Amino acid sequence: MSTATTAPDRSPERPRATPSRRSRPRPDRPRSRASTSLTVAMGLMLAYTLVPLLWLLMSSTKNSQSLFDSFGLWFGHGFSFFHNVHEVLTYDNGIYVRWLGNTVLYAVVGAGGAAALAALGGYGLAKYEFRGKRAVFGAVIGAITVPATALAVPTYLLYSKIGIVNTPWAVIIPALASPFGLYLMRVYALEAVPDSLLEAARIDGASELRTFFTISLRLLAPGFVTVLLFTLVATWNNYFLPLIVLNNPKWFPLTVGLSQWNTQTTGPQTGATLDLYPMVITGSLLAIVPLVVAFLLLQRYWQSGLAAGSVKQ
Amino acid sequence: MLFVSPFLLAFAFAIAAPLAYAAYLSLFRQGLVGGNMFVGLDNYRRALSDTLLHAGLIRVALFLAVQVPIMLGLALLAALALDSGRLRWAALFRIGIFIPYAVPGVVAALMWGYLYGPRFGLVHQIGTHLGLPLPDLLSHSWMLASLGNITTWEYTGYNMLILYAALRSVPYELYEAAEVDGAGEIRKAVSLKIPALRQALLLCTIFSIIGSFQLFNEPNVIQALAPGVISTNYTPNMYAFNLAFNGQEFNYSAAIAVVLGGITAVVAYAVQLWTNRQERAL
Repeated sequence: MSTATTAPDRSPERPRATPSRRSRPRPDRPRSRASTSLTVAMGLMLAYTLVPLLWLLMSSTKNSQSLFDSFGLWFGHGFSFFHNVHEVLTYDNGIYVRWLGNTVLYAVVGAGGAAALAALGGYGLAKYEFRGKRAVFGAVIGAITVPATALAVPTYLLYSKIGIVNTPWAVIIPALASPFGLYLMRVYALEAVPDSLLEAARIDGASELRTFFTISLRLLAPGFVTVLLFTLVATWNNYFLPLIVLNNPKWFPLTVGLSQWNTQTTGPQTGATLDLYPMVITGSLLAIVPLVVAFLLLQRYWQSGLAAGSVKQ
Repeated sequence: MLFVSPFLLAFAFAIAAPLAYAAYLSLFRQGLVGGNMFVGLDNYRRALSDTLLHAGLIRVALFLAVQVPIMLGLALLAALALDSGRLRWAALFRIGIFIPYAVPGVVAALMWGYLYGPRFGLVHQIGTHLGLPLPDLLSHSWMLASLGNITTWEYTGYNMLILYAALRSVPYELYEAAEVDGAGEIRKAVSLKIPALRQALLLCTIFSIIGSFQLFNEPNVIQALAPGVISTNYTPNMYAFNLAFNGQEFNYSAAIAVVLGGITAVVAYAVQLWTNRQERAL
């Protein structure tokens, strides 16, 4: 256990509810001379992360022919972006829209549920004493190292036994348990919710549940948003488990659907006669937009939540 | 306790029960004339001498040994650069380098797969343009490196942010003292910041180890683009998947899942133990 408290954010956009009231604010570091070589080196790294995305963006404006005979990082002849989007959304009776809906369903119910359960559980572990608490915490820590995909095949076997494969439940139930989320929320609750506040609420006659929903939840918000974003990424990007437990395309999430389109385009079975490249590319672009936007909009929340969770052991 | 029980319920259905069921199934074998036969540890004995499984394990171990240090090294350098206070547009770099984390592994694999590919790949285009004979990145000899590049692209920013967050918790007074002693940025980084990152680096390492052992999404997607190169046992996870769904060998597949989970836990635990010992030795 380290005793370090969380660092107060030096940036001006620091959210108010960071659990740092006990630590002394760190004075603003004197701005030393900006280093050009350092900036250039980081610029190279940024280029490495952004060039593939630029390629994806440019390629989504091209038709099949253009994909093959124009330079990847610039527009081709003609602007087919809207045509491609239309194709993606209407192909096979709008199956892509269905996949998008499924992905949103799994993400909202699965990730939202996981974050809620982690917040409740983490708070309970941090703020209450009960029998078996150590055993619970030990099991959770142990489960963090169990790889999710090693669980996928057993999950399929078990769920087919109880008859829920090929239903949304087979994707949602495994998403609901996030041991790392629980761990993060416990750390966060220890820091962010002072015992004295709970004591005061109790003296005022508030029930434990009422205290949680009216007082603690607000203090836990940045941690909650962090866990929510990370479980959101996990469910939105989940591929292995849905690939295994679903075989009806009607229930596919985007990841499984897109990879199936890709197989149909290039796979040996079809002899590559079906030309779906522009659709796979444009469909991929559309699939990443929601998460990127979520991360950009909620930046200030998850960055402070991350700071709280990652430094503690 | 009331607050914890909903989580425990989910935990039981999502993690505990499948694990227990896998352990149970792994002790049986599907008989030819219907019904499961109890065979004890036979499936595990088979796994011990299964060269297809070993090939996959060796491949991910090699992947782990090369890709993880490169990725964490880059993440560490980037985190130190962000924290040095000598970087222009630090906020832009912070979010920009992190963005690939929000891209699904499947999409990242598709995108890079196309970039590598000979048909309309960027690598090929640049090679032709410059008249350089660039290698086919989807061929046998380059595949593991190509996959490593995809995971490096996806997760460097994520690790960078974890390390950066940890760096910000170093008490400012320490830096001031070092500055009074005349330490430069590099000196501060080596003797103050990196030691302070021990715990966070350990966390990143363990998560990366887990990630490497369960490698599946990227090779499985790339397989469609390079069918001859990626075999059905390319990684242990792909092997377990193909055994179960193409070979109907559910019991053996369950045994492999248990072995894989066990190896991951042991390696992760060993890393932790080793780090703690180092700490005590200091």
